[in-house]
Amino acid sequence: MKTLASTTTSKKRLLGFFAVLVTVVAVVAIIGLLISMFGTFVVQGSGQLSWTFLTEAPRNNNTEGGIFPAIFGTTILVLLMTLLGVPVGTATAIYLSEYARQSAAFARAVRFAVNTLAGVPSIVFGLFGVGFFIQFVGGGIDNVTAGAVFGKPALLWASATLAVLTLPVVIVSVEEALRAVPRELREASLALGATKWQTITKVVLPNSVSGILTGSILAVGRGAGEVAAILFVGVVYSLERLPSSVTDQFMHLGYHLYVLSTQSPDVEKTLPLQYATTLVLLGLTFVLNFSAIYVRSRLRRI
Amino acid sequence: MSKHRFAAAQRHRGEHIAEWTIRIVASTSILTIFLIFVFVFRETTTLFSPDAQNIPSSSATAEEILTPELYNADALTAEEAHELNIPEVYNPETGTLGEPEPIALGGPELPRSSTKQVAERSVWNRLTDAAWQPVSSDPKFGIMPLLVGTAKTTFLAILLGAPLGILAAMYSAFFAPARVRNVLKPTIELLAGFPSVVIGFFCLTIVATLMQDLLGTEARLNAIVGGIGLSITVIPIVFSIAEESLSAVPKSLREASLALGGTEWQTAYRVMLPAAAPGVFAAVLLGIGRAFGETMIAIMATGNAPMLTAGIADPVRTVAATIGAEMGEVVWGSDHYGVLFLLGTILFVVSFGLNAITELYVKQRLIRKFQGQ
Repeated sequence: MKTLASTTTSKKRLLGFFAVLVTVVAVVAIIGLLISMFGTFVVQGSGQLSWTFLTEAPRNNNTEGGIFPAIFGTTILVLLMTLLGVPVGTATAIYLSEYARQSAAFARAVRFAVNTLAGVPSIVFGLFGVGFFIQFVGGGIDNVTAGAVFGKPALLWASATLAVLTLPVVIVSVEEALRAVPRELREASLALGATKWQTITKVVLPNSVSGILTGSILAVGRGAGEVAAILFVGVVYSLERLPSSVTDQFMHLGYHLYVLSTQSPDVEKTLPLQYATTLVLLGLTFVLNFSAIYVRSRLRRI
Repeated sequence: MSKHRFAAAQRHRGEHIAEWTIRIVASTSILTIFLIFVFVFRETTTLFSPDAQNIPSSSATAEEILTPELYNADALTAEEAHELNIPEVYNPETGTLGEPEPIALGGPELPRSSTKQVAERSVWNRLTDAAWQPVSSDPKFGIMPLLVGTAKTTFLAILLGAPLGILAAMYSAFFAPARVRNVLKPTIELLAGFPSVVIGFFCLTIVATLMQDLLGTEARLNAIVGGIGLSITVIPIVFSIAEESLSAVPKSLREASLALGGTEWQTAYRVMLPAAAPGVFAAVLLGIGRAFGETMIAIMATGNAPMLTAGIADPVRTVAATIGAEMGEVVWGSDHYGVLFLLGTILFVVSFGLNAITELYVKQRLIRKFQGQ
């Protein structure tokens, strides 16, 4: 009787050991994957990385030289995206956090739309960019002005497409920041006779600047690496000169990597360039992500 | 006094305007969802009117501007592409598909005289063809190979990614010391920060070689490599949402289980996991949504051959990858263009449906469960 009990407990203990072990293995596997990806790109990419690589234009059909136009294009693209997307995202977050009654149908519809938007495949945003921004909005402007300036793929439409794509990222982070502002502050402001709008602009928003910043940085991090959404709305593989207006086309780090690694005539030859481009793109997105995490962790402490 | 009242009225009106402006801007998200559906679906309307075929693009320059994207592709022959192991995006001019099955595009074989017959077959008939050969005098828009390819890669991605994500979430939520958890969570979520084009490149160069050495597959790029690539994007999503819902299970359940003599692991697997089941289910659903709509990884790592086969070691072409690969060269307003938007509509509707299920069904159930009703 006693031995039976002890065998079942030891069996149980073994089972318990494996039940925990299997979760540890999963964690180790994921961390291992993360390290191997970082490791590969750092080891393979750092050799090619140099000042000239970052500051020069590509030469000889993109098989030599640097990637400056791609860095430039990506930067301008995400800046324009932020300009277009963050105000809309912030306003939506203000509505959700300050004005909406949580049970209101409209508030629930907005929330549902934001969540849905986050789940739409990025290639669909690309099609939306073609159908709506280029054909409908751009083509519409051209029809009215009798020109042929806006109804074609351009930096502006790519930024607008990415702004829509990153909208949920902005809304979620800003709303989180707004909700972190203590209720007492709002109540104190209202009690002193300030109106709701004054309270929002003078008390709530200044106290959640870091949240808005986090949202913008996260959106930029997401937008900088996004390729599928901009494939047909303005990105090109090579340019004669840097874009000088929002209706120009542009080069992009992610797209550059995609074409170099899949469509260039001599993939082997440009492999070092591909790794270095990847490292630059990764560096950009992770510097942004880390700074967002940092800003957010400071926010949580307040 | 009256001046005062006037100012107050002004202020009141300002308040009103501010609130309504905010409300209107907040409706942008709803409007966008609506517009995405309308405008993606609208471009498929060319398929509905028989005489609207091959309308020239509304802006004449558009096509011209889009074509240079396929840099130097016509300098590549199928053989070269094959040797270089390039996951070729098919080339409409030479009608080749580099990797690895040259059967797919039959453009040149068919005599031009078949155009009469072409006109008799509607696009809708073509959608049920067994092959996807969009650039041909008798184009075949069979979406079956694409759907099967998408199903294969998505299935593999979930098979790999969901268990890893859920188990890691269980470790983080139940077994990890608080200090480990605080580091572990953001670390795993870093995986979500990798741009998909980078993951695609990683699969193309590292994973593909590794898997070919391990499994000895015929084609370097295939559904397995694509599935692994997609699972890398699935893991952080499943992990985050599963972790959140596992942590949200009321502590009282855990305490009750432990008080009744259950061990930590029994509590985790038999009490907490079932309690959070709807949330974990939601995590997997959103993972599926991510995997099947992912474009860049699918384009770069699956081999891009729209073949209707059963093997998971065969190259495949997904729905999203087809749009990504072909939209750049298509004639705007053509049947092919319309069919690509139709594929986009399918992607949108499915992702919308998955999200609606998680939002409306799963969350309701979770709330009801935790409120003990």
